[in-house]
Amino acid sequence: MPAPADFPSSTAAFFAGMTSAFRSVFFVVLAGTYVGIGALAHDFGFAVWWLAASTVLVWAAPAQVILISTLGGGAALLEAAIAVTLSAIRLFPMVVALLPLLRGKGTRLRDLLLPAHFTSVSMWVESLRLLPGMAHEHRIAFCNGLSAGYMASAWSFGFVGFYLAAKLPPLAAGALLFLTPMSFLISTARNARAMVDRLALVLGLIIAPVMVEWHVQLDLMWTGVIAGSLAYAVHRLREALA
Amino acid sequence: MSGMTDGLWPYLVLVLVGFLPNEVWRMLGLVLARGLNEDSEIVVWSRAVATAILAGVIAKLLLFSSGALAGIPLSVRLGATVCGFLAFLAIKRSVFAGVIAGEIVLLVGGYFVVH
Repeated sequence: MPAPADFPSSTAAFFAGMTSAFRSVFFVVLAGTYVGIGALAHDFGFAVWWLAASTVLVWAAPAQVILISTLGGGAALLEAAIAVTLSAIRLFPMVVALLPLLRGKGTRLRDLLLPAHFTSVSMWVESLRLLPGMAHEHRIAFCNGLSAGYMASAWSFGFVGFYLAAKLPPLAAGALLFLTPMSFLISTARNARAMVDRLALVLGLIIAPVMVEWHVQLDLMWTGVIAGSLAYAVHRLREALA
Repeated sequence: MSGMTDGLWPYLVLVLVGFLPNEVWRMLGLVLARGLNEDSEIVVWSRAVATAILAGVIAKLLLFSSGALAGIPLSVRLGATVCGFLAFLAIKRSVFAGVIAGEIVLLVGGYFVVH
């Protein structure tokens, strides 16, 4: 779909953004992901409105999965918070890269608050693709519409997953819960283009079960620090030898 | 799980443990939106740590499953994961194809184990 170059008003730009959200491939990906997260939330005993609130407030599928599985698994609040914040670091460079596209003459900081909150992988990829072909004054409205479309999809399918998990026979409910680890494994592998990220993924998969078996406190945090730093060290070593 | 089902406490936890630790990076990006690029060393390291944490979550969900997924044997869960990943690699690196393949193997394997 070609990016429309201009809109008669900000409202039109907002709705054009929403329409392009419903047409994009990420709509399907988000629906599947949030059906899985809805089932996970049900499985760990959270209320459906807690899940709905977490989608609006947190708006990052990895952080939500970490939050639900750590809190639901009885982890300390501090461990959950550390794991969430470490998983969210990637949002920082994404916001840094997105804002120059949105900022025009006379853009106020508070106009950028909503796009910054909406920043997530799906919205970021589509914004970087579509915004450059657009007049500056309508980019924020378009971006907000796009994000609102994605969030509405995630929010609704969270409910679908939650109630399906409650009603389905065990095997089908198990298959629903399997959606989260399967889709996360594949999408993380797809996003990991650099060697250091692939290595971090493989090492994390190996080290996490060891941490659990050894009953290490804050197992996720240590998995991240150890596997991530090891992968980074190998990356530096290879650069030094190259 | 205790204490996460009633009253306002779960929502307070959501804000303190979910919303704030996550949102701080977006707001930091908003304030410091210049000077850092994707290849700076601290960004490369933090991305590696974040990737490893996500890998840890995936491994825990698959190996130490809870609820309905725990009713499906570990061998079937792992076999389905490997098949799904291979399908992803084989079919144009499509996330969709990989997830569908993994789900089919899980359902078929789970069905034969149960019956």
